[in-house]
Amino acid sequence: MGEQCSPWFQVVEWVVVMWRDALLIARRDLTIELRSKVGIWQILPFGLMALFLFAFALGPQTELLRTAAPGLFWLAVLFSSILAAQRSLNIEGSAATREANRLLGLDPAGVFLGKAAAMAVELLVLEVVLLVGVMLLFHVTIASWLFVVPALVLPGLGLSAAGVLYGSLAGGASTRSTLLPILVLPVEAPVLIAASKSLSRGFGAVTPDAGRWLVVLAIFAVVYSVLGVALYGPLEES
Amino acid sequence: MMRTTLRKSIGPLAAVLVAVTVWLGLVVTPPDRDQGDYVRLVYLHPALAWVALYVAFGMSAVCSLLYLWKRTRSLRFDRLAASAVEVGVVYTLLTLLTGSIWGRPTWGVWWTWDARLTSTAVLAVLLLGYLALRRVPAEAHIRARRSAVFALLAAINVPIIHFSVIWWQTLHQGATVLNPNLSPMIHGLMAWTLLLSFVAFTLLFAWMVMVRYEIETRRVDEDEVGMAAAIADRQAEGIHS
Repeated sequence: MGEQCSPWFQVVEWVVVMWRDALLIARRDLTIELRSKVGIWQILPFGLMALFLFAFALGPQTELLRTAAPGLFWLAVLFSSILAAQRSLNIEGSAATREANRLLGLDPAGVFLGKAAAMAVELLVLEVVLLVGVMLLFHVTIASWLFVVPALVLPGLGLSAAGVLYGSLAGGASTRSTLLPILVLPVEAPVLIAASKSLSRGFGAVTPDAGRWLVVLAIFAVVYSVLGVALYGPLEES
Repeated sequence: MMRTTLRKSIGPLAAVLVAVTVWLGLVVTPPDRDQGDYVRLVYLHPALAWVALYVAFGMSAVCSLLYLWKRTRSLRFDRLAASAVEVGVVYTLLTLLTGSIWGRPTWGVWWTWDARLTSTAVLAVLLLGYLALRRVPAEAHIRARRSAVFALLAAINVPIIHFSVIWWQTLHQGATVLNPNLSPMIHGLMAWTLLLSFVAFTLLFAWMVMVRYEIETRRVDEDEVGMAAAIADRQAEGIHS
């Protein structure tokens, strides 16, 4: 006769399995990225090129560049995150990978969290490099690390969760490249506004509501992580 | 049968109410002290916005939820959600257009980075994204599931977008009728015409959704009949060969 487990034990067990799978997938995705170096040779140069182009469009006026720096920084990250999301889902897109995930009995929620975590790490690296680029090209200095650090981490988490979730919605690789930007960019508009406001506070601009914008970023990250955990499985089945 | 009767009744009723709204709005109601004749846009713009942002979005979210719920899962809800979004896109674009026409004389510009305008534009792009997603070739239930999830995600995103852009900056006026004091800041006849415009354009939306739903249902039926005929032809070929 089988032993009856309490519902709490089952929930704890599910959470443990989900995080174990998430760690496995995150490690796999990051290993693939380290070996293929697509992020370093394609996504990172794209982000840097976007910064250059924004500066060309605005002209050499230092004050204008300084004022626009937070918004342009986040635009560059936002566009690069689309490439990162497509890259991340292309790994998962092949029938063999899906079959392997199923045979290994991986929890879809764990797969989602793992992919989002790996993409968040990639975005964080990208943000650090682009931050240095913005400081050099747009003549800004960091006035408060207290705002800069959460203003880099929280949007990275939110963009990753939303990118992976909407990427799985957008279907196969053939349609994803054109469909994903239409689906995800309007949704990420609040992140662009909130992250730009928070980062401008970090650069020393007077932004009275900077704390509230950080809360918006945190809410966005939590909402999309929870939605991804709940919906990634059913979407991948389809 | 009942659906056809309802559709055939709502259509003429909506047409009559829209015509009465136009007559009251253009002929009977007075011009505004400050805005002059531009105020007549009040009988068009708020009603369009109401349908676009609340009725169409709400209907697509509810139908999507009913599709995702296993007990009520039916492609009819998927078709209804898609019809609501299609008509909703038309209303949203008209809301932006009439708002822009109204903004020119009152604010001096065709477009301004106002919270309400920006959030409506973002929602319009979201609705276009929904329609783009539906055009990705896929099996009917797979497409329905993806579309339903996207519609619900978009609905969840509405308050996030709404509040983020409100905190950003705003110029658009507040509610005229349903304001926090619940005291309508509008003259009696103008208020009744405004109310009538809400009813008229909501009924027009309902009729357009019904027609769109009917067209989609017939298209699906035709596809099924066509498929059955093709299978029958192949079977007949098999027998003769």
